Amino acid sequence: MTVSEVPFSIDLSQALPLAASEITLAVGALVLLVVGAFWGEKSAGPLSWIGALLLVVAAGVAGTAPLGVAFNGAFVADPLAVYAKVAIYLFAALAVVLGAGWTRRQGIAKFEYPILIILASVGMAMMVSAGDLISLYVGVELQSLALYVLAAYHRDDAKASEAGLKYFVLGALSSGLLLYGASLVYGFTGSMRFEDIAVVASGDAGAGLIFGLVFLMCGLAFKVSAAPFHMWTPDVYEGAPTPVVALFATAPKMAAMVLFARTLSEGFGGALGDWSQILVIISVISFAVGAFGGLAQRDVQRLLAYSSIANIGYALLGIAAGTAEGLQAMLMFMTFYMIDTIGLFACLLALSRGGRPIRRIEDFAGLKQDRPVTAIAITILALSVLGMPPFAGFWGKYFVFGAAIDAGLWGVAAIGLVASVVAAFYYLRIIKLMWFDAPPEGVVATDRAPKEAQWTAWAAAAFSFPLVIIGLTWLEPLTRIAASGFGAG
Amino acid sequence: MIGLAHYLAVAAILFTLGVFGIFVNRKNVIIILMSIELILLSVNINFVAFSAYLNDVQGQIMAMFVLTVAAAEAAVGLAILVTFFRNRGDIAVDDASVMKG
Repeated sequence: MTVSEVPFSIDLSQALPLAASEITLAVGALVLLVVGAFWGEKSAGPLSWIGALLLVVAAGVAGTAPLGVAFNGAFVADPLAVYAKVAIYLFAALAVVLGAGWTRRQGIAKFEYPILIILASVGMAMMVSAGDLISLYVGVELQSLALYVLAAYHRDDAKASEAGLKYFVLGALSSGLLLYGASLVYGFTGSMRFEDIAVVASGDAGAGLIFGLVFLMCGLAFKVSAAPFHMWTPDVYEGAPTPVVALFATAPKMAAMVLFARTLSEGFGGALGDWSQILVIISVISFAVGAFGGLAQRDVQRLLAYSSIANIGYALLGIAAGTAEGLQAMLMFMTFYMIDTIGLFACLLALSRGGRPIRRIEDFAGLKQDRPVTAIAITILALSVLGMPPFAGFWGKYFVFGAAIDAGLWGVAAIGLVASVVAAFYYLRIIKLMWFDAPPEGVVATDRAPKEAQWTAWAAAAFSFPLVIIGLTWLEPLTRIAASGFGAG
Repeated sequence: MIGLAHYLAVAAILFTLGVFGIFVNRKNVIIILMSIELILLSVNINFVAFSAYLNDVQGQIMAMFVLTVAAAEAAVGLAILVTFFRNRGDIAVDDASVMKG
């Protein structure tokens, strides 16, 4: 890829525009914080809308900012980063909007909510733009520290604080592993920059470097919640507030996947054979754990946690292919998966009976009677996540399996297909409950749905089926440009 | 003569102690926070040792970042721990099991 290198020197005027969207968000978050501190809790509503607007503006800025490499190679603004950033900002904005209504209804509206999401978005943007180990680590931590607090956001709820604590402890451990790996990689290559690391790694990579690479990959696998590093995911998804989980399942996953892909293919392109087999093992375990672990779950958010573990397995398969097509497939898969997931969580936010949210799978029984449109939306989204053609999820899997088979990973693709058939059971069970079972005796009718959740759910469902056909025609070239220039070997 | 290998060995031992401190410890969460700190500082030894050995300043810059992040992480961790304590009245690790599955 031709990226004009901006020399570090004193000339910040060339370097800063590359990071325009991050600077917009960071400054914006600080301003919002001061405003919130002056106005107090009553500013929560307006600040949420301003925060969401800020994220949308940042998405526009990221889409139009110049491309290049800046800050002595630490910050990379290439098409891949731009694509990921626009997606991350838009999904973060959706999480702010969904959360604003939810926190108000729960009586826990605070102005910190949008600010934390904005700060996490800055971290995610740094992750996808990381060009060396320092910006990788700082990006990951900037994201994680904000997300730990968000997980424990509902602080009077025992489950939420437990989720926050577990997420924090395991997240800190994973950062430790990542950092230990980074220190070994630095020591055995003599540089923090991915470019320089790649030069050493493409030669005879010694045991120390491979050791560091394995630690680095363990830390990153924790962040994307791939099995066997998934143990925090079900608990955090169950305990954390629903709109926060809607964020966890979308934007940070995209950021961590892109970071994973960039680290491996830019930093360790020459050692493809070494990391590809590790990734294959991780993805096989992920879709096995996701498919079988989900079968026994009764809590919907816990079920979606296992679903996300399985889906991360498929996305990792795209990276394991090690080609530009594999990376493109991963980007498309993640995009479709994020849309489906935010739609499913919006459905959960839109459903409640007598003021209590619907959390158990049994609560879906007979939903077609009082909420037929939402039932249709859930059906479309569930079919899409399980990969039924012609829904969006099918196309994502189609590209991923195609890339894996092109790279000679036949066996893994076959196991992935079997796992997705197993996982189909738990999505189909929800659909059966909604359409064919009678609601239990004496159940309260569902409440009126909040507007923002309902519209998000409908929009996601509309995208998953008819709109995806049009969406494919412009997503395909966009992701191809984003993935071009990558691919190890 | 104390060389690079000695520093790496110390760092590896401290790192292992930290990881085991998280998994083996069944008593309370404060010990987990201390273990996390131990992990981060052992990594810092690695970075500084490599930096001196390679005669390259980047490792020391990274060590500064790690120290800063460790401070922020301790603050966030303690804050979450306080909300956990308020809800439970206890910080024993075994109690953190409302959710099972």
